[in-house]
Amino acid sequence: MSLILFCLKKLFTILKNEAFVLPSRVIVVFFFLFLLLLPLFTKDPYLLRIFTLTSIFAILAASWDLLSGFTGQMNFGHALFFGVGAYGAALLNRHASIPPWGTIPLSALGAVLAGLIIGIPCLRLRGTYLALTTLAFPIILMGLVFAFPDFTGGELGISGIARLARSRVADYYIAVVLMLGLCTIMWKITDSHTGIIFHAIREDELAVRAAGINTTRYKLLAFCLSGFFAGISGGLYAHFMRIAGPSTLEVSMSFQVVIWAIFGGIVTIYGPVGAVFVLFPLLEFLRFWQDYRTLMFACIVLFILLYMPDGLFRWMRDKIEKECPRCKIRNVAMRHTCRVCTAPLD
Amino acid sequence: MNLIIDILISGLISGSVFALLAIGFSLIFGVARIVNIAHTAFYMVAAYCIYFATHKMGFHPVWGMVAAIVLVTLLGMLSYMIFINPIREHEGAVLIATIALAMAFQEIMLLKFTGTYLSVPSLVKGYLVILGVKVFYQQLLTFCLASLIMAVLWVLLMRTKLGLAIRSTAQDREVANLMGINEARVALITMGISVGLAALTGAVVVPLTIVEPHMWMHPLIMMMAVVVLGGLGSLKGSFIGAYILGFAEALVVFLAPMGAFLKGSVALSIMILVLLIRPEGLFGVSFEEER
Repeated sequence: MSLILFCLKKLFTILKNEAFVLPSRVIVVFFFLFLLLLPLFTKDPYLLRIFTLTSIFAILAASWDLLSGFTGQMNFGHALFFGVGAYGAALLNRHASIPPWGTIPLSALGAVLAGLIIGIPCLRLRGTYLALTTLAFPIILMGLVFAFPDFTGGELGISGIARLARSRVADYYIAVVLMLGLCTIMWKITDSHTGIIFHAIREDELAVRAAGINTTRYKLLAFCLSGFFAGISGGLYAHFMRIAGPSTLEVSMSFQVVIWAIFGGIVTIYGPVGAVFVLFPLLEFLRFWQDYRTLMFACIVLFILLYMPDGLFRWMRDKIEKECPRCKIRNVAMRHTCRVCTAPLD
Repeated sequence: MNLIIDILISGLISGSVFALLAIGFSLIFGVARIVNIAHTAFYMVAAYCIYFATHKMGFHPVWGMVAAIVLVTLLGMLSYMIFINPIREHEGAVLIATIALAMAFQEIMLLKFTGTYLSVPSLVKGYLVILGVKVFYQQLLTFCLASLIMAVLWVLLMRTKLGLAIRSTAQDREVANLMGINEARVALITMGISVGLAALTGAVVVPLTIVEPHMWMHPLIMMMAVVVLGGLGSLKGSFIGAYILGFAEALVVFLAPMGAFLKGSVALSIMILVLLIRPEGLFGVSFEEER
């Protein structure tokens, strides 16, 4: 009993002193609560379906940020990892009849392998060369998918895959909890020692190498990590939609990921996640004007970029928070002095 | 024998198309560091303009082409001024702005003309028989026009003052600015030339292809592969890379089983193999690292 009380007290202290001091953290707490409590208020299958898909794509967008945002290895072929995850899960499920909890991690390992395979040639390239080369890989795989229709189902894809869970609500919880967990892990990775090296590689690779760090190994690690998370999202997608088709490998899929991530603001993890939660439901909402849907989407992206070229969520965060000039700790924008070192905020 | 001539013609034509597209793409990349994903979308818009002018307004195809090139060039410069110029310092934002532009063009065309496959009449009718293979005059014309355009472009870049300005801005923007070159204006003009090239390519190749809203995807991928294979910012590289990939595609289509599906894969695999040996492309100049 006293243990529970202690834990509650500790939780309360953490919330009070760490979470509720900054508006952005309050928003994150409410975001978690909203997603976890949503099925209690509505059982609308359509709404739950949208949020499940949104969560799946949020993992994908965040994994792109881990590779391309943090490490600076511009990847235009992120659909490769997603497609390998989806096809891997589908093939394992159909031919080896492994249930979803087995196929998703296995297909994620397949995506890690894909990350290694494309990482090795790509290590020698940088910048725009890398971006344009990575674009090629999903297209090569798509050509193979079309060339062997007996094994991969060709244009129709592989259908009839086992469901993720029995009910819609269970599907929803699996996707949402995985999304929240994996994104937290990604955020923790970027905050760790490894994450700092990733940052440094983006800023100045030569300097990192001069500091005695094997940048090749870290870049490969970034490819593998990103591939792992994207593979999980691909596997979830295949089991949720119960089909793995060539649309998972399309160029537009790769571009979609880039749009989500840059729209939300790269090098943040929360930016891409938030952007998916804004843009994906928006696209569904625009279905009232079915014909104009993609056009409106493109125009919204274009016009928002004109005003917030650093990404939507970075812009919003800079509006509601200020960085202390002395101790670099963030404060609510309304404060006049820093909450830690009491230096005046300008 | 027939097969060889077929492969030769198909390779030469797709090679010329890729070369024209890739040169335009690497021009604007070199001068303004813009990765213009919408480049081939302009090519698609030009194709639709010609269709509209010839079928709906009853123009002669030649006038349709001229109108298409002028209109698309203006459209390209306008979209550069409105959407790209204000955010040029933010590389990522420029990137998705061009993707969004391409999507917007595709959707507008889809709304206006629906997704049906359209075709445009060829400029010259009839064919020539070479060693028992039909070679349409249109194919010859396309190839000759493409070569002519490349020659004109070479003269423009190497023999005029504007060309000098473009090349020097591509080499070093700051020093070019110090030499009294108006860098912003050069970028705008280069954007015009680049989009104009895309429109020209669309104009010369449109009678040979099907016009549909998604026709920009495949050339986009091949164009990027050509640019990387030849080396960014190298015109000679783009030229040779384009023909290598064009012939690779033609060979796979005519010789391999299921070739039509594999043509992209094989061409892109060649690109990756070359990059493994020469990371900066065939003729790439390794840029001084920008820090």
